[in-house]
Amino acid sequence: MNEKVETLKKELTERLEEVSSFIDLGTVKTEFLGKKGKITELSLMIKTLSPEEKKDFGRLLNEIKTFAEEALQEKQDSIETLIMNEKLKSERIDVTLPGTNIKNGSPNMLEGMIEDLEELFLNMGYDVVEGPEVEKDLYNFELLNLPKGHPARDAQDTFYLKDDELLLRSQTSPVQIRTMLANAEKGPVRIICPGKTYRRDDDDATHSHQFTQMEGLLVDVGISLADLKGTFDVIAKHLFGENVETRFRSSFYPFTEPSVELDVSCFNCGGKGCPICKQTGWITVGGAGMVHPKVLSNCGYDPEKMSGFAFGFGIERLAMLKYGVTDVRSFYMNDLRNNSDRKDV
Amino acid sequence: MMRISTSWLNDYVDISDENLKELAAKITNAGVNVETVEEYNTPNLVVGQILEIEDHPDSDHLHVCKVDVGEEVLGIVCGAQNLKKNMKVIVSKVGCVLPGDFEIKKSSIRGVESCGMLCALSELGLEEDTPENHAKGIHELPVDALIGTNPYNYLGLDDTIYNLDLNPNREADCTNHIGFAYETASVLGRGVELPETKCHPVKDSVKDELEIDVITDNCPMYNARKVRNVVIKESPDFMKQRLSNCGMRSINNVVDISNYIMLEYGQPLHFFDASKLGGTILVRMAEEGEKIVTLDNVERTLTKEDIVITDGEKPVCVAGVMGGLNSGIDDSTKDVVIEAAIFDPLSIRYTSKRLDLASEASRRYEHGLNYEYTMEAIDRACYLLEKYADAEVLADTITYDHVDKTPKEATVTLSEINTLLGLDITLDDAKRSLNNLQFPFEVKDDTFTVTIPNRRNDVSIKEDLIEEIGRLYGYQHIESKMPRLDVRRGSYVGLAGFRKSVSKRLRSLGLNETRTYTLISPEMDAKFGYDRKMSIPLLRPMSADKSIVRQSLVSSLIHVYEYNVARKVKDINIYEIANVYYNVDEEDTKLAMLMSGDYLSNVWQGIKVKADFYVMKGVVTNLLDYLGYQGRYSFTPSSEVPDMHPGATAIISVDNREIGYMGRVHPSICKKDVFVLEVSLLKLAEKKTRAFKFKELNKYPSIVKDVAFVMPDEMNSSEVEKEIKRASGKLLKQIDIFDVYRGENVKSDEKSIAYSLTFEDETRTLTTEEVNELFNKVIDEVCKKLKLKIRN
Repeated sequence: MNEKVETLKKELTERLEEVSSFIDLGTVKTEFLGKKGKITELSLMIKTLSPEEKKDFGRLLNEIKTFAEEALQEKQDSIETLIMNEKLKSERIDVTLPGTNIKNGSPNMLEGMIEDLEELFLNMGYDVVEGPEVEKDLYNFELLNLPKGHPARDAQDTFYLKDDELLLRSQTSPVQIRTMLANAEKGPVRIICPGKTYRRDDDDATHSHQFTQMEGLLVDVGISLADLKGTFDVIAKHLFGENVETRFRSSFYPFTEPSVELDVSCFNCGGKGCPICKQTGWITVGGAGMVHPKVLSNCGYDPEKMSGFAFGFGIERLAMLKYGVTDVRSFYMNDLRNNSDRKDV
Repeated sequence: MMRISTSWLNDYVDISDENLKELAAKITNAGVNVETVEEYNTPNLVVGQILEIEDHPDSDHLHVCKVDVGEEVLGIVCGAQNLKKNMKVIVSKVGCVLPGDFEIKKSSIRGVESCGMLCALSELGLEEDTPENHAKGIHELPVDALIGTNPYNYLGLDDTIYNLDLNPNREADCTNHIGFAYETASVLGRGVELPETKCHPVKDSVKDELEIDVITDNCPMYNARKVRNVVIKESPDFMKQRLSNCGMRSINNVVDISNYIMLEYGQPLHFFDASKLGGTILVRMAEEGEKIVTLDNVERTLTKEDIVITDGEKPVCVAGVMGGLNSGIDDSTKDVVIEAAIFDPLSIRYTSKRLDLASEASRRYEHGLNYEYTMEAIDRACYLLEKYADAEVLADTITYDHVDKTPKEATVTLSEINTLLGLDITLDDAKRSLNNLQFPFEVKDDTFTVTIPNRRNDVSIKEDLIEEIGRLYGYQHIESKMPRLDVRRGSYVGLAGFRKSVSKRLRSLGLNETRTYTLISPEMDAKFGYDRKMSIPLLRPMSADKSIVRQSLVSSLIHVYEYNVARKVKDINIYEIANVYYNVDEEDTKLAMLMSGDYLSNVWQGIKVKADFYVMKGVVTNLLDYLGYQGRYSFTPSSEVPDMHPGATAIISVDNREIGYMGRVHPSICKKDVFVLEVSLLKLAEKKTRAFKFKELNKYPSIVKDVAFVMPDEMNSSEVEKEIKRASGKLLKQIDIFDVYRGENVKSDEKSIAYSLTFEDETRTLTTEEVNELFNKVIDEVCKKLKLKIRN
C-alpha cells in the first residue's frame, strides 16, 4: 500500500515536471484526481479492506490527496507567475517619453502677488475691500486732503470722465474714505484695498497708464508710528525674507502726517550696494504714514480720540522686485510663453 | 530735480569738514531725498608736470615723457604734438578708470614701457570727441596747479552736486540754496549765515522816477528798485560756474544775477529795461484776447485769467511766466527796473500750463514764496549789480504789500509727540529738534508753542510739528510693535471672495489669467456688443487707442489671442475677470474666457482634446457646479449675439435669468476656431446658493434603459430631454447622452441621439416590468409629441 502511494507521488511529480501550460495541468489533474483518476481509483480499494486496514489506508489516502492538491496548486502558481512575467515583459513602456500635456492655468503675476498679500493680511485681521475704479472726485481727492488746485490732482495727471466730478481713480485711497464714511459707529477699521488705478503716463518700461495698488488702513485708539513699523516688518519679511531690515524715511503724502517712505535693506546684496538698490543698500517698496487729522475728521472720526496708519504698495513694483521683471508692460502683454505655473506666483 | 552746488551751499552753512556722500545720506534719511551725488573726483587722476620729453626710439610721432606726479616720476608714452617741457597736465595713472570703462594699465608701446596716460578733455568726457578737439591735444593746466592733486579743481569742477528729488511739500523751501542750507543745518545742528545785501545807493530815489499800482488780488506783493548805468559783460567765473553746476546757462552778468538770486533765495526776479518801460507799472489781470510778444519772440494771446505787468497801458510782461520783448534787457540797456513780486500760485500755474511756458521761475511761484526773501532778494540784486555790473543803485524800494504777516503758530505737547510717533523722547530731545530746525518756540510744562518760519509753508498744524521733530530725532529710534487689537481673521467684503473662487477654479481647469487695459479704442468698443449699454469716453484721452472705458472684456482677450498667435503660441486658453463700466458710472464685474487650440494633448500618443464649444461648455458647467449652481443653469441657442457665429452661440442663464453668452467667434473676426464666453459675475452672485449638505445615497438598485431618437438636424437635444423628463416623472434619476450619429441609415438632414435613462426609487426596488412599461410609455410620448422615430 505504502509503496503504491509512493509510486503515485513519484509518478505525479514526474508528470508535473513536464507541464508548462494550464491545459497540460488540467490533463494531469484529471489523470490523478478526476473521476477516473489514479488517486480516485485507489480510494475505491477501501471497500475491500478490514476496519483496521481502513484506518491506515484512510490516512495514506488523505496524505496522497493533500500531496497531489498541493503539488498541482504549486504548479498552477508557478505557471501563473511565468505568464505574469511574460505579460509584464510585454507591457514594458518607455517611461522617458513625455507625459500628457495638462495645461496648467496660472495667475497673472500681479494677481499672484495680490493673493499672496491678501492671505497675509486676512491672517492679521484685515478685511479685503474693493471699490469702484470710476470714482468721484470727492473721494479720490477732495476728502483725502487734496483740495482743488493741489498739484497732485492736476487734470494733466488724472483721467477725467466729467470735469471735477468723475474720474478713473488715481489711487486706491478712495476705498479708505468710503470705508470710514460707511462705518456708522465710527469704530475701528482694519482693511486692505487692492485694485486697479490710472494716471496719465505714457507707457514705457517703468511707467504704465494703468497700474495696481494695494493700500491698507488701520484706525483704532492709540495707534502710533511704532505700530506701523511693526506691521511693515511683517510685510517686508514675508515678501523678501526673514533677513531683511526695514527703515522709515521721512516723506510726504497729502493724506498722512507724518509720512514715511518704506524701505527694505536690499535683498539682493544684503545692503552692500548693487545695481538693484542703486548702490544705496536700501530699496523703497512703498509709502505710509499716520492718517492726516483732516482726513479723519472728513470721514467723521475725531482725530483727538482715534488715530491710524495707512500704507500703500505698488503691486507692479513689488512684482518687478520679487520676480525680476524689468519692463512693467510685461504684466499687461500676457505673452503666454512667459506664464508661470509656479505655486509661488 | 533740483541741483544743489555744495560749494555754494557752504557759503551759508559750514559743511567744509563733511564727507559729502555721508551728508547726503543723512539729509535723505531726514526726509529730503538726495537722489544722486555728482562728484568730480576720479581715483588715480592727478595733476602732473612734464620733466623731460624724448622722441620714441622706434616711432616718428610718439614721445617718451618723464612726468612728475608728486609721489613718483612716471615714464609715459604719448603721441600728442603740443607737449612742452614743464607743462602741467592731467595724468591718469595705472588703475584709473576713464569714461567708457577704459582702465589704464601698465603697457609696452613699441618696446618702451608706459605707466599711464596724459589726457585731453575729450578723454575725460568733458568735451565731445571731435577731430577739432582731438587736434587740441593734451589739455594744459594752469602753471600754479599743484602736482598730485585733483585736476578737476583747475577745470572749475571742484564742486559736488546734490540732485534733489523733492516731495511737493518741500518744493517751496528746498529749490534754493538758502532754504536747503536751513535743511542741512537742521540735520547737522549748525547755524545759517545769510548773504550780503547791503549796497551803497545814490541820493536819487526810485520813488521819484517810478509809480506802481496793483489792481488785482492775485498779486499780494510787488517790490521795485532801480539801478543806473549797468555795464553788460561776462559774469564773474564763480557765478558762471555755479549757474552751470546748477544746470543754467550763463548769458551775461545782469541776466545771470537774476538767475543766481533765484537759485539763492528761491525768489524769481524780473529785470525791465527802464528806458523801454517808462515811469509807470500797473499790475492787473489781462483783458480777454490781449496780445503780447514774449522774450522768445512769440505772440501770445492772453485771457482774463492771466496776470500781466503793464506800463499803464500795454502789457510788458506775463507775470511770473515770461517777460515781453518790448521791455527786456539787451546789450544797450543802461537803466534797469528790478521786480521782486509774489503772484497767486494757482494763477501762475494756470497761465504757464496754458501757454506751455513752464520755467524755473513759474515752478517757484507755483509753490509759494516767502515774502521775507522777496524783500531780501531785491536788495541782494542791487548789491550784486553794483558789484558785478558797475551799477548805481537808486535809494529806496517801492513796495505794494498786501501780504498777511500774522505769524503762524502751532502748539504740541510732549505726550502728543510720543503718542503719535510711538517714541519716548524727552523734553530736551524735542527742544533740540526745534532748535536745529531754527523754529522759535516757548515751552510751558510740556506744551510747545512754536512759531513757524515763513520759509516753511508746508508746516502748519500740530502733526506737521510732530513730523519735523520725529524726522530730525530719527525714525530709526522707533521700536517696532504690533497694534494691540482683537485677534480675528479678516474676510473678503463684497464680490472679492466670490471672484477669487471663480479665478482659482478656472486656473485649476487649465486656463491662464490675463490682465489687460481698462481703456480701449473705439474699434474694440464697437465689437461684441451683447447687452450693450452706453460706453463712457474719457474727457481728454492721451490717444485714441485708450479713449473709452470698456464694458466688455472680449475684445481685449481677442487682442491677447492675436498677440500670442503672432508669437507662434498655438494653445490659448485664457480668462480675465475685471470691472467694467457703462452709462455714467454703473459697474459690473465680468468674467470672459477665450479658448483656442488644444485643451489637452499628447502629440506622440495622438491624443488631442481640441478646445471647442463643448470643452468650453464643460469648463463653465464645471465652474457653475463648483459654485453651487448645479441644475439651475441652461444654454439656449442664439443667432443674435453680435460678432458671434449665429449657429454656434448660446445664451447662458441661471434660474432663467441671462448672465451672458458663449460660443464661437464669428469667422469674419477670427478665421480659426476661437471660442469666447462672457458672463456677469454680479448677476451670477446675486443668485444665492445653498450650503453643501451630505446626502445618503439611494440604497435601492437603479435600472438603466437606452434609446436612440432620430430627429431633424436643427432640433436641439434639450427639447428631447425636456420631453423625456416630462414623460418619465419622478422615477427618472438621470439622462446621459452616449452617442450623436449622422450617416448611414440616417437621412442627410437628420441626426440620431442616443440617451441612457436611469430610473430609481428611493423607497423600494423597482421591478423590471414597471420600468419597461414606463420606458415604453416615454418612447411613445416623445415620438408622438416631437414627431420622432426611434433608431434600432
